[in-house]
Amino acid sequence: MRSSVFVLAVSLISTACASGRAQEATAPTPAAPARASDTVKTGPMLGALSTPNDDPFPSTYRPFPSRTTVIRNVTIMTAAGPTIRNGSILLRDGKVAEVGASVSAPADALVIDGAGKYVTPGIIDTHSHVGAGGVPNDNGAQTNDVNEATAPVTAHVWVEHSVWPQDPQFPRTLAGGVTTIQVLPGSANLIGGRSATLKVVPSRTVQGMKFPGARYGLKMACGENPKRVYAQRGPSTRMGNVAGYRAAWIQAEGYRRKWDKWNGNRTGDAPARDLGLETLAEVLRGNILVHNHCYRADEMAQMLDIAKEFGYRIRSFHHGVEAYKVADLLAKEDVSASVWADWGGFKLEAADGVRGNPALLNRAGVRTIIHSDDASGEQRLNQEAAKAMAEGNRIGVPVTEEDAIRWLTINAAWALGLDDRTGSLQVGKNADVVLWSGNPFSVYTRAEKVWIDGSMMYDRLDPDQQWRTDFELGFVPVNRGDAR
Amino acid sequence: MNRSLSRTLVLLVATAPGVLALRAHAQTVAITGGRVHPVSGPVNENGTVLIRDGTIVAVGANVAIPADAQRIDATGKIVTPGLVNAATQLTLVEIGAVTGTRDAQARGRDGIAAAFRPWEGLNPTSVLISPARNAGVTTVLVAPSGGLISGQAGVIHLVSGTAAEMVLRAPVAMVAALGPARGPTGMPRAETIMRLREILDDARVYRTRRAEFERAQTRTLAAGRLDLEALLPVLDGRLPMLVQADKASDIEAAMKLATDYGFRLIILGGAEAWQIAGKLAAARIPVLTGAMNNIPESFVALGQRQENAGILSRAGVPVSVIGNAGGGDEEAFNVRNVRFEAGNAVAYGMEWNAALRSITLTPAETFGVADRVGSLAPGKMADVVIWSGDPLEFASQPERVFVRGREIRQPSRQDLLEERYKTVPPNYRKP
Repeated sequence: MRSSVFVLAVSLISTACASGRAQEATAPTPAAPARASDTVKTGPMLGALSTPNDDPFPSTYRPFPSRTTVIRNVTIMTAAGPTIRNGSILLRDGKVAEVGASVSAPADALVIDGAGKYVTPGIIDTHSHVGAGGVPNDNGAQTNDVNEATAPVTAHVWVEHSVWPQDPQFPRTLAGGVTTIQVLPGSANLIGGRSATLKVVPSRTVQGMKFPGARYGLKMACGENPKRVYAQRGPSTRMGNVAGYRAAWIQAEGYRRKWDKWNGNRTGDAPARDLGLETLAEVLRGNILVHNHCYRADEMAQMLDIAKEFGYRIRSFHHGVEAYKVADLLAKEDVSASVWADWGGFKLEAADGVRGNPALLNRAGVRTIIHSDDASGEQRLNQEAAKAMAEGNRIGVPVTEEDAIRWLTINAAWALGLDDRTGSLQVGKNADVVLWSGNPFSVYTRAEKVWIDGSMMYDRLDPDQQWRTDFELGFVPVNRGDAR
Repeated sequence: MNRSLSRTLVLLVATAPGVLALRAHAQTVAITGGRVHPVSGPVNENGTVLIRDGTIVAVGANVAIPADAQRIDATGKIVTPGLVNAATQLTLVEIGAVTGTRDAQARGRDGIAAAFRPWEGLNPTSVLISPARNAGVTTVLVAPSGGLISGQAGVIHLVSGTAAEMVLRAPVAMVAALGPARGPTGMPRAETIMRLREILDDARVYRTRRAEFERAQTRTLAAGRLDLEALLPVLDGRLPMLVQADKASDIEAAMKLATDYGFRLIILGGAEAWQIAGKLAAARIPVLTGAMNNIPESFVALGQRQENAGILSRAGVPVSVIGNAGGGDEEAFNVRNVRFEAGNAVAYGMEWNAALRSITLTPAETFGVADRVGSLAPGKMADVVIWSGDPLEFASQPERVFVRGREIRQPSRQDLLEERYKTVPPNYRKP
């Protein structure tokens, strides 16, 4: 979706994400009851599943080998409280074991002096297409598997079946301090399919990257993209869009009733399975989280009403360039907002994008998230947050560094239903950790070391150990950095 | 500062949106006490920039300040020239998806639009001018896109005025593209080169046999009259050719063409330019490139890396840092972000002073406007920015922006929206 200088206007119209910065669909954690931290309404909605196998493509991820590690004498932004100056953190057995002014370091621990450096939780991107929209993306490369733009409702597709683990964008994302991403289908469709939540690790298979126990998401999209893509066959208007969502949910309600009834008595033949309706029924049961691409404020309000009509919750509005206009509504409904710092203006529904969006949302109490929808931006989410923080401070809507780090970590973890496992540096959580060369909100700072589940997966200072995808061998010159 | 800025905004909105000159035009202004980076000279820790009637008359540590000068205290601040973004479509593209607001691509003939002069259709009321200018960008190159020869580029000065008043110099370059795959024309590499040679050859024919051409006594030439005519200054070495090329071998092919036809070459994009940095430096070929792209997004840019600008700069190549990382980076909406691109260049090995130069004086030199803009030097137009801190840092704000000596404080459309929605529901009658 990126383009060389000046060809953007054209690519905007034709590509999956840029024009349609897509929105997503995720996958279910079917039978598991909702975690306490979830606000998704599950109780009254839970029913038996409509599928005999709720996890047909199970995660095979196992944490990479790790050693007990102490980072000392470092500034720690925990995303769970005030910044700790001159503190220490202990990573053991893949978890955050201790964090504070000092920790008990075992004799055999790897000790890293963090003088002048910063530690944060691993960055989480709620909106990625890496792997599904791979590179190179020249004509004929056929690496763009983001939009199943063959029908306005494609709830039956799962984006993990598009993910190419050898996409060279993955290691670059990791080098940006990003440890978890949600890969979403594109935004061509009203309902685009299921998302996949991945750890940014090398693997031969997508199953080896899937975040164990992560719930699926469902990608939905408002506004210009679906009506543009389906202008000929419909929907061709925004009212057509809304009729399309409602028709799909009506079908899903019927499907769910049929299956819940059958599950109740198990007599006679089971109803016929329908992949798309299975996914939608799982949303209605509260097992799949809805991620809704939506630019305009008025459309967000309509999507919230549709969710109420059918009894599901929207977990996050994505892109939301006008989210600041309904910040109070989003706060009241406890919907998170996944937004950019300053990407806007590329189409009319994005024309009211302002850099103050995150700050205004933050002030209103909305769970604010900086997302990317772009493999380049995904590497520098910390810089995006820095721009948005500076704008808040400029316009008199102050943002603290403690706020801004949450935009990149714990709030994103919440949107993915993973905030009990990752997204903050608290004892017992996964040791998904970044050591930054300086303050992460400085333009000069880069991620220096990145741990996932306690294993050091990236070290900028050790080019020989850096992950190179199969594609890169021979095609892409080795980059040994040689920067200062 | 937050509150004062906010108040300023309210005040401006309450009165009349528009340009507020500090005072009448004929006046003397002294910006004093700041850390002054003239770019064309040494840094002054406690420097003065003296402006008279829109022109810089003195810069330095020991500048005599006339009694009637208006003094602006920049103590604790950083003072730089207005920034130059050398690769934009600002004023040519307003909203990318809205066809009628896109004026950057000519229809041309068979991918040739050499005569296209996009600044003749520029939009002086673009709402994207203010965000750029308020962010310290006072000069931009506007370039056409598409096709094999896209048309001509011009340098636009972000004064508040008419389209004609905004054109600082035009044309400053002929824009073309080399390389297949992403090539606008879908030709294989060598055919692209062959086609360029054919057109340049025929421009020569046109020049020597113009009278016969007018009487239709020549064979059919490879391009139309206007396009051939437009290429003559290129062949004369007066108008550089700005060639978009990323792969090292494509850049070398452009260098060969430049040698064969005697035109001056500037490389746009140059993803793999670092691989031939020495060659480019020896030939003094300027490169416009970004510092935030490291993705092998195309087979023409497999060697793309963020160290590119720094490596080129250290080798002695005149580098202008531009936005080309995608994610909206190169769109007119974010012309303002060029300073962050330069900051990233520093993070990846470019020397800080070189980075500042890459978004001020170097692009001004590359496009032949360094006599008027690009640095703080006597005789130049007074494009000056006072920053709260390091201009390449996110947290720093451009606090005051002067163009031709006039301070411009024009709230952008985005400022107005932010102000309106600081309280919800908003008051739709103001701002």
